[in-house]
Amino acid sequence: MDFWNTLRLALRALARNKLRSALTMLGIIIGVGAVIATVSIGQGAEYLVQQGIQSMGTNAVFIAAGSGRPGGARLGSWAVKTLTIDDMNAILREVSLIREAAPAVVSRVQVVYQNQNWNTGITGTTPNYFRIRSWPVQAGSIFGQDEVDSAANVCLLGTTVARILFGDVDPVGKQIRIGQLPFRVVGVLESKGQSVMGDDQDDRIFAPYTTVQRKISGITWIQFINASAVSREASNAAVAPITALLRERHHIRPGEDDDFFVRTQSDVADLADQTQRVMTLLLGSIASVSLIVGGIGIMNIMLVSVTERTREIGVRMAVGATESDVQQQFLVEAVTLSMAGGLLGIGVGLIGSALISNFLAWPTLISVKAIIAAAIFSAAVGIFFGFYPARKAAQLDPIEALRYE
Amino acid sequence: MDEQATATEEPSTQAHSDAALIRLEGVHKIYDLGEVQVHALRGVSLEILAGEFVAVMGASGSGKSTLMNILGCLDRPTRGHYYLDGTDVSQFSKVELARIRNRKLGFVFQQFNLLARTSALENVELPTIYAGITPQEREQRARESLARVGLAGRAHHFPSQLSGGQQQRVAIARALVNRPTILLADEPTGNLDSRTSVEIMDILQRLNEEEGLTVVLVTHEQDIAQYAKRALDFRDGKLRRDTPVRDRLIAREVLPTLPSLQDDDAAGET
Ligand SMILES: Nc1ncnc2c1ncn2[C@@H]1O[C@H](COP(=O)(O)OP(=O)(O)O)[C@@H](O)[C@H]1O
Ligand SMILES: [Mg+2]
Repeated sequence: MDFWNTLRLALRALARNKLRSALTMLGIIIGVGAVIATVSIGQGAEYLVQQGIQSMGTNAVFIAAGSGRPGGARLGSWAVKTLTIDDMNAILREVSLIREAAPAVVSRVQVVYQNQNWNTGITGTTPNYFRIRSWPVQAGSIFGQDEVDSAANVCLLGTTVARILFGDVDPVGKQIRIGQLPFRVVGVLESKGQSVMGDDQDDRIFAPYTTVQRKISGITWIQFINASAVSREASNAAVAPITALLRERHHIRPGEDDDFFVRTQSDVADLADQTQRVMTLLLGSIASVSLIVGGIGIMNIMLVSVTERTREIGVRMAVGATESDVQQQFLVEAVTLSMAGGLLGIGVGLIGSALISNFLAWPTLISVKAIIAAAIFSAAVGIFFGFYPARKAAQLDPIEALRYE
Repeated sequence: MDEQATATEEPSTQAHSDAALIRLEGVHKIYDLGEVQVHALRGVSLEILAGEFVAVMGASGSGKSTLMNILGCLDRPTRGHYYLDGTDVSQFSKVELARIRNRKLGFVFQQFNLLARTSALENVELPTIYAGITPQEREQRARESLARVGLAGRAHHFPSQLSGGQQQRVAIARALVNRPTILLADEPTGNLDSRTSVEIMDILQRLNEEEGLTVVLVTHEQDIAQYAKRALDFRDGKLRRDTPVRDRLIAREVLPTLPSLQDDDAAGET
């Protein structure tokens, strides 16, 4: 019996019990659908992470005060006072791989414009910061070095802060209050969206670091250095000389832990990769469990079908079907069932991810690889779980089968 | 009849006269049920020539169905030989037997055994699926076959929409579709009323007379056996009597004497 005939037969047999076929496929549909949807969401997350890494700035090297080592005696960037603007200048001077750098001093502040009130973060830095992070203004301009030198009360607003305080009004040139001090808004930054960690990078104010140090935080040190290396490779190569330099400057003896940590863009990318791997593993387990459950459902229904159609099998054998004809017929039926389930599942998954990306405003990326894998795996499930029932059908004795009530 | 099918069989492994289409030599069938052994056939030897119409008679449990299963290549004898068309098929493999069933034999059962929710035409087509012929020819042959049993107009009816007699005729059409040399019918009228039974016998007689089809029919009803040309009597797994049928009935002549039922389309379309 040729393949098309067998397929036609299988489709007919399945169409004959539509509800049953549909219920049997449900396991596979849900399994495959869930996997396709979660992979799409995962890929969306991956995309966000990539965006986040991009937004750190190209060739970025990030230095923070405090120990980055989990588990060890951990000191937050806020408690450690050893990182200074002189450290930054030393790095710029002595580590040739680093092209530019900007300090960051952060704090939480209450900002007020007329009757609008908002609690947000402030970052004190230098004009370099915005070039390193490729973060231009959409209105006004970035404050200058002389305003840093004079610790002027000027600030840049992230779009979220601008929207909340000013609504439709143009903030540039307006006076706002940060804590008790009056500040002049010199510009509004472009929107940067969510960070790798998922927080809103536009909910933030920027001012000269000198101003934040002296007038808001009352400190003399800095918390972070955002640096930029001459190339992507250089950003990794710069970690060792920066570490050596800072240990020396901070008088850290061999064997003692660093009181700072250095991260590069590729560190973050690695972390993202690792997250992705865990995610893939997790999805893989969900997929295999649901496919196995679906496969058992198919096996069950195929066994029922073989029993129900014992006489049919007897008749087919009496008129000349060989064992392999019968086996093929039931195997193709099982595979048709599982593949139809797989294809419907892919459809459900695609619709699901479209809905998620619509209603949760989460980017989803359709993975062609996942779709192909889902199709292949559902076929494999049909073959694996359909084999035993098909074998059972093929090994029926025609005489017994014909006599079966 | 089917030159091709015959030509492709294994060469004959014996040297007996090939006049007999069917030839059994000391056939035993023992069902081994572990504790007991059921000796269903105890040394049956017989010959059936091409074009014969044989009725196999006997009480229930006398081994009629066992014999038919062996003749029909659904089962193999425990001992003895079965020469079909001169070839010893008693040791053939399952695949070879399936091929013989497909090409040379047609089966008709007491319970019709049509596939439910499958049209008459597709039921008739069933054996052709396993014969490796083109879909066009398959349908063509199935239609011809249906016409031979007077059901050309019922091609797209489901078994549930047909009377018992019509269903059995569809089953006969299915048995004929691959142009077999032998038609094996195990109590084909067992589920039918007497008039319908005679109609079925009419079809079998016509196929036998007009097309030379060899018919072997199992029945325990004496009046059905009267339509055959030769009667074999079985008792306890042995052939007790082998006699020509005296006062053979011709269904075509009997039918007009029977009260007509509403199911009367057999006459019109043949
Ligand atoms: N598959 C089987 N297993 C065991 N015994 C069987 C089997 N088929 C038939 N028999 C026995 O073989 C004998 C002949 O049966 P069967 O050929 O069906 O008789 P008939 O068709 O004449 O009524 C009976 O005693 C029956 O019980
Ligand atoms: Mg019987």
